[in-house]
Parts: sequence; C-alpha cells; structure tokens
Amino acid sequence: MLLEVKNLSIYYYTLAGVVKGAENVTFDIDRGEWVTFVGESGSGKSTVAHAIMNIVPSPGKIVSGEVIFEGKDLLKIGKDELRKIRGKDISMIFQDPMTSLDPLRKVGDQMVEVMTVHGVPGDEARERAKELLEKVNLPPDRLDYYPHQLSGGQRQRISIAMAMAFNPKLLIADEPTTALDVIVQDSIMDLIDALKAEGTSIYFVTHDISLAAERSDKIAVMYAGKLVEFGTVEQIVENPLHPYTKALIEAVPDLWKESEVRAIPGYPPDLRSPPPGCRFHPRCPVFRERSALKGLCDAVEPGMIEYEKGHFVACHLYGGAGE
Amino acid sequence: MSKPLLRVENLKKYFPVRRSILEALRKEPPRYVKAVDGISFEIGRGEVLALIGESGCGKTTAGRTVLRLIEPTDGRIIFDGTDITELSREEMRPFRRRMQIIFQDPYASLSPRMKIGDAIAHPLLVHGLADKEEAKEMALKMLKRVGLTPEDEFYDRYPHHLSGGQRQRVVIARAMILKPEFVVADEAVSMIDVSMRASILELLESFREEYNLSQLFITHDIAVGKLIADRIAVMYLGKIVEMGPTEEVLKNPVHPYTMAIIQAVPSIVRRKKEKKLKITGEVPNAANPPSGCRFHPRCPLATEECKTKEPELVEVSHNHFVACHHPIH
Repeated sequence: MLLEVKNLSIYYYTLAGVVKGAENVTFDIDRGEWVTFVGESGSGKSTVAHAIMNIVPSPGKIVSGEVIFEGKDLLKIGKDELRKIRGKDISMIFQDPMTSLDPLRKVGDQMVEVMTVHGVPGDEARERAKELLEKVNLPPDRLDYYPHQLSGGQRQRISIAMAMAFNPKLLIADEPTTALDVIVQDSIMDLIDALKAEGTSIYFVTHDISLAAERSDKIAVMYAGKLVEFGTVEQIVENPLHPYTKALIEAVPDLWKESEVRAIPGYPPDLRSPPPGCRFHPRCPVFRERSALKGLCDAVEPGMIEYEKGHFVACHLYGGAGE
Repeated sequence: MSKPLLRVENLKKYFPVRRSILEALRKEPPRYVKAVDGISFEIGRGEVLALIGESGCGKTTAGRTVLRLIEPTDGRIIFDGTDITELSREEMRPFRRRMQIIFQDPYASLSPRMKIGDAIAHPLLVHGLADKEEAKEMALKMLKRVGLTPEDEFYDRYPHHLSGGQRQRVVIARAMILKPEFVVADEAVSMIDVSMRASILELLESFREEYNLSQLFITHDIAVGKLIADRIAVMYLGKIVEMGPTEEVLKNPVHPYTMAIIQAVPSIVRRKKEKKLKITGEVPNAANPPSGCRFHPRCPLATEECKTKEPELVEVSHNHFVACHHPIH
C-alpha cells in the first residue's frame, strides 16, 4: 500500500465556532491507483487532501489520525524530511494554478527551481524543463513566458509539468479542471492519465461524479466531513449503496442519461453543529419514508462496514452499529 | 414559431482595443475585439434557447447586448414586435420590467448590506409598481415561492447568512417579482454545487410554466443545456456555428466543434469514450481571429477552403442550422 490514511480528523477553529471539516476518515491508495474524492463544497474532500501534505491552512488543525506514506507517518516526521517528500514523492496541483505559480517570474525559471531545490544541477534542470513542457503539449518557448501571458489551461499544464518533474509516487489534484472549459478539461485529464500510466497514484478531488466515474479506479464519496462510501467505479456507479451516493448520481446533469435528473432536497449541514447520528439523515429519502429508522439514523452514527469485497459504506441500512 | 417574442438580427458588439502610443502616432487604424460578430436568432414565447460555448466565445456579451445593458455596435433587437435597438433610456423603461437577467455569481449580484427581503422588493419600488407595504407583502410571497421558508425569517437575513444555492434563489426571486416575459440566465447554475443545480433548474422551469417565461440560457455546460432548453445554439469566437432543436443537435451534431464539446463532456453512463475527432489547442484571441472559418486551426477536417472562406449559417435539416464547409453527417 502506498498511502494509508487512518481515522484522520481535521477541525477549523474559527471565531464562530469549531468547524469539523473532516472526521475519522480512513482509506488506502495502492500504487498506480487513481482514487477520486467526490462531494459538495464543504464536504471535506480538499481538507483531507491538504492534510495528507500536512498543509492544512490556519485556523485548521489536524486533531487526530495517521497519514502513512510508504510506511512513514507524514504527520510525525520532521519538517526537513517532509520537505524532501513534498514536491518529489508527492506533488500537488490546485484548482487555480496561480496558487502555485509566482506571477513575477518566468515559468521556466520556476520549473528549474523546483528541480534544483531537490538537487538537480541547473543545466540539467533546464533540459528537463523543456522535455516536461513537451510532455504536456506546450511549445518550448513557453519557458520564457510569465504566468499572466498564458491561458488558464496552459497554466494548469505548467503546474502539471512541475508536478511531473520527479515522477511523483502520488499526485494530489484538487479540482484541477473546475475553472476550465470542457475541451481543455478533457486534455488535462488525458495528461493526468498519462502520469498514472507511468505508475503515479492519483488522489483526485472533484464535485462532479461523472468526471470521477470516467477516469478513476475507485471513488470515495464524502458528505459533511465524513467518508460515506468507498469502492471501485463499477461498485459506486452501478451499485451505489448510500442514499447520498444514489441521490448524487441522480442529481447530476448527464448528456447520456435517459432518466430524469432529480435534485437533492435541503442543504448540507453547518459543520459547527452537524446533525446527530448520520449527518445525511435530515435530507435522506429512506429515513423520511421508514418510521422504523427513527431513533437510529437520527441518534447513532453509522460505522463503516465492508458490504462486499472492497466496497465500504457507512449507513444503517446495511448494518454496522455505532462507531 | 408564428410570432417570436424576441428576434435578434445580425447583432454585433465590437470592443475597441486600446492602442499603444506608437500605433496612434503611426495613425494605425483602431483594432477591435469582435466579441459578438453578427448573430441572429429568435426565441418564442415560453421557449428556452441555450447559448453554449467556451469562455471568451462572446455568449455573455451577447446576453447583455440583447438586453441593451451593453449597447450593440450593429444589428437589431426586436422585442414583442418593437425594435428596441435605438430606444432612449426613457423609452426603454417599460421594456426593462419585461426583460430581466440572472447573473452567474450569486455572491456578487446581491448587496451585502441589504436584507434579502428588501432586495427582492426593491425592483417593485424602482418601477413604481407597489408601495412599501405591498412590496414587502409581495416579496414575502416570492420568498415562499422560491422555497426560502419560513419566509418572514428569511426576509430579514443578509446574503452572507445564505448558502450559494439559497442566494441564487434570492437572485431569481428578485428577477421574477416583476413577472417578466423574458429572462437572460447567464451561467445561472455554474457556481452552485452539483447537488443543488437540478433544484435551481427546476425552479426556473416552474417560472417558465407560471409566466410562460422565455429564456436565453447562457451556459458552458451542454449537459445543463440538454435539461432546460428547447433549442441549442453553439457559439465560437463571436459566431453561432450550430443551432437547432436540443435533441437533434445532441444526437446529430453537424459542426465539428459541437461534436468536440459533446465528446469531451464526462458522463457516468458513457465512461469509456471514443473520440471520433481529435481537437487540439484552445480558443484563439478574439482580437485577432483566424481567417475564413474561425475554427479551422483546431479542426481536423479543415481544408484550404476553410482558411479563406467564411462559412454561412445554412439549414441542414428542419430548423437545424450549421456554419461549416464540411459538416459531419
């Protein structure tokens, strides 16, 4: 196993109260595997991504859990050791590539710097930067451009090229295509696919379950800070278990879907005071219909159970007593 | 369509590009970004036309120009039989009530210092359609109508108390309180969570039924267009390249660009996709569009003809139009 995340919880200590951004999140990513985290804004999918890199922004704090990468707990090792892993073994790309690009410096210089920091000599780094640009389908003269001279899609290509510099073992991609047009999105997804083909594992974050279904091996569904379902794409898409996953699939506009699109009633909860029991119960159609579930779903938090091999769900409909 | 509510003829909007001092001294002719470059379409009563395209294709400018929030460079806008292109501010006023807009960003389009109830009542006061009491009464009803209940509680809230989806309901309520006949919805669901999108679209659909509301629905997401539109128009660099009934365009796209969009859209159902056409590159700069067919540098089917001759929008089957020298069959 390349990455094992165990019982990871991240809280944001805001002036308005403690926001439980993610709670007790547990999952694995194998070598060469693409796992996509799906959920609405505020569901915790990006928070977990940041926690893996140990870069949760203030006022957020990792309150418990382990992030074991190649046998080492990234939350316990020293800053220097972590710095060696970041950018080399684990790379990250963001929704807005400008978060990782310096607007005042040419992109080529920035790409070279990433490599020299990790000990590659300058000349060699410059050569490598050119090769990387070719890999992401950009002409070599782009090395002399400033970020603002590039389109959003081109900037994202540059940030992917930088992430590729060391053939990372894990790429964390936090909604890298959300701001892009669909044709450009498709080409960026092709690039990530190519990186995966070279053996890199992918932690991908998106709110769009169709994007998740198209490229990944496994899907993790998050709701209100909790991992509610985890399984292969086939398991999640063809046999969704959790009522939230089912609702999410029905709510997405899809060109090829014949069935009607149905909205999920209600709104995600305020994570300062999440509902007791299962966090989805106030919006859950099954809970509303079955009176027998009263006193269970709205009182006891469901634990994660393995419903079938590799297919996990946290929902009382499938058994599993409290955590 | 016997008598369309809105008819747009050869609409153009050019924005001047600022010249450098050198260019001005050399007396070089001014250059323009041709954001909208001669588009024509009609929208019938109760009909929804989706205007689809990538960022920078001119769809937002087109929507605003139709409402004369931006003045057109050329062309005509005919609303309910009246040519409104040249009307003065004063003459436009009665039309303003009948034509509304819903903006993309529910965060930017509401004043942070105005209670949402007052924001919804405000247009009634501006247009002198109600006194304060009546306006409040109507705003409360509208809050309930768009699902923000208990309405008297929501009336006194400020935008920052609401989620993105709730704010977009407020924006829709504010546009709908004037009972418009036509609305431009500019990326009305793009910034909202996927799980909320369907409910906002359902809300717009319910107003179409109640008011027989016509809509120009601007979106980059063709899957959203499929849900809401009777017809789809695809825009590329200021031009409409394909237009037709939604199902027809989605099932039998004839323009390579439309095909490219359709095959790039991710889907739960069609997970392993085949790509029939290999489209490369990105949308070029609108200040300096390619010659001939503007799509030719990215088009795998382009020939010499495409580089020099601009294709006209022609009807290929009933109500289905395309501007392409080599339409796909």
